[in-house]
Amino acid sequence: MTWLETLRTGWHAVRSHALRSTLTVLGILIGIAAVILTVGLGLGTQQDVSKQISSLGSNLLIVRPGSSTSAEGIRGGFGSRTTLTRADADALASKTNAPDVAGVAAEKSTSTEIDAGSTNWTTTVVGTTTSWLDVRGRTVAQGRFLTAADETSRANVIVLGPETAKELFGTTFVTGQTVTISGTDFQVVGVLKPEGSSGDNDLDDTAIVPMSTAANQLVGGSDRNAVSTIYLQAASTDQLAAADAEATTLLLNLHGITDSSSADFTISSQDALVSTATSVYKTLTILLTGIAALSLLVGGIGVMNIMLVSVTERTREIGLRKALGAPPWAIRRQFLVEASVLGLTGGLLGAVVGVVAAKALPSALGSSVVVSGVAVGGSVVIAIAIGLVFGVYPATRAARLAPIDALRAE
Amino acid sequence: MAELTYAPDRWASAPAEPVIELEGVTKTYRTGTVEFQALRGVDLRIGVGEYVAIMGPSGSGKSTLMNLLGCLDTLTTGTYRLAGEDVGELDEIDLAEIRNRRIGFVFQQFNLLPSLPAWRNVELPLVYGHVPAAERRRRALEALDRVGLADRARNRPGELSGGQQQRVAVARALVGEPALVLADEPTGNLDSVSTADVLSLLDDLHTAGSTIVLITHEADVARRAERVVRVMDGLIQSDEVIR
Repeated sequence: MTWLETLRTGWHAVRSHALRSTLTVLGILIGIAAVILTVGLGLGTQQDVSKQISSLGSNLLIVRPGSSTSAEGIRGGFGSRTTLTRADADALASKTNAPDVAGVAAEKSTSTEIDAGSTNWTTTVVGTTTSWLDVRGRTVAQGRFLTAADETSRANVIVLGPETAKELFGTTFVTGQTVTISGTDFQVVGVLKPEGSSGDNDLDDTAIVPMSTAANQLVGGSDRNAVSTIYLQAASTDQLAAADAEATTLLLNLHGITDSSSADFTISSQDALVSTATSVYKTLTILLTGIAALSLLVGGIGVMNIMLVSVTERTREIGLRKALGAPPWAIRRQFLVEASVLGLTGGLLGAVVGVVAAKALPSALGSSVVVSGVAVGGSVVIAIAIGLVFGVYPATRAARLAPIDALRAE
Repeated sequence: MAELTYAPDRWASAPAEPVIELEGVTKTYRTGTVEFQALRGVDLRIGVGEYVAIMGPSGSGKSTLMNLLGCLDTLTTGTYRLAGEDVGELDEIDLAEIRNRRIGFVFQQFNLLPSLPAWRNVELPLVYGHVPAAERRRRALEALDRVGLADRARNRPGELSGGQQQRVAVARALVGEPALVLADEPTGNLDSVSTADVLSLLDDLHTAGSTIVLITHEADVARRAERVVRVMDGLIQSDEVIR
């Protein structure tokens, strides 16, 4: 009996018990679809998160003011105090003080209302310097970005995010227009290229003005020189740790703090965010895949169950085939093939359902699902393997039946 | 494979050219500590082209003898040569091959696979005999033609009468041109018309040269053979040529 014939016989046997084969296949199908979906969801989320985080800019260190650690070890005041100044940013930009820091961009941001004619829109207005564009990895779609001249002359110029431009003017072609913030007119000199959102932060809904202009006309506050965030860009990923150390030492010195545990600022790195998020999602993916694998195991037990029923039911057939000259291995092969046909059918259908669900889910859930060929191919192989593994015991039992006993069975 | 030559003077020449040769065969079944000797020393020679009926009541050892002759079971002591080959020493895989090449079975229960059309049932022994598909089909259809069911080749067993099903089974038994056709109560499940039908088919096979061993407990059926062997209490009680 050739493999093809064995396969045909197996397929025939599976089809002649359509209902119970379908139910068995369903068990495998659900398991495989679940594995493909969970793996895809895990990969997709991971991808989303790293994309969001890396959209902040590359090799970035983020310095935020005001972290203090109390005697009890409670860290408080993160980002709430104005301990960072423009002087700090200038010091960090110095090559002698921090040789591994390639770029520095301080931000002084506030949420405020912008008016354009009768339209108004509340957004984050960021006061910063020319280096912001490079450090944050952004580009200008139209017009220009801020210049050093804008900074020194405290020019009333503004660069709009594409979202903000659309909200105010209904278009992004707004260079040369005028907007009003707190009664002061600003000339729109450029529009940023769209970047997408980073978590809760819409990177496209923003407005950029010169730091000096922001300090004098918009943000004000207790200290005109206070900044809300300083972004540091390391020259390369390898220099990230060195840049971190240099910045910490420099800022501790500048702030006259000797004990690093009572630092009034916090430096976090984008890589740390990525790796934290990645490990969280990896754990989640493993957990979900584990659950999906359990359902596959249950499906496999279903295959074994149905194969045992099949062997019992077909005892006479087995006896007859043996009497007609089928050696034990031929019987074993027949039942193994039958079990793997169940597995294969479940695997293929499960892959189809999984892939279709993966295409349909993102629009329903809003998170992306990455269907990897490896996951799909692997699942189908696993499904066949499950059929084989769980078919071994029933097939061996069938092969061991003595032909006379099998023939006499009712 | 032994040639199934037509020999008019079969019985006279039988001992010289035996298909079946049993010498001092015993078979003991063990269930725990209880031993039961089903055959207690059987000598039997059946020649090429003979038509032998084996008779005996239930528990006589008749079924055990049939299982041994069919290589479905192994003997405890003694020797069994089938077409000159000692089958006493063979393992399960070799026995399967012997059954496949040397023996055609006809069972009381027909034992056709209900999901397969008649011709697929008939070709089954050839499937396990590694015969190419095209030749299998040709020979299966030929065998069906011999039993007069050429027009029913595509029907499944469920669509055939009991007599027709048993004729399909006979076709399956002879498709591999075996040295021995072993029929175990072939008419036990049939009405009188079908019984006559199947028995005359066996007569035809015999006339054409097949060696047939028929196990039965019905005297009417046994009378169709040319030699009757009676088994009682695990021994051969009588062995007579009736025609």
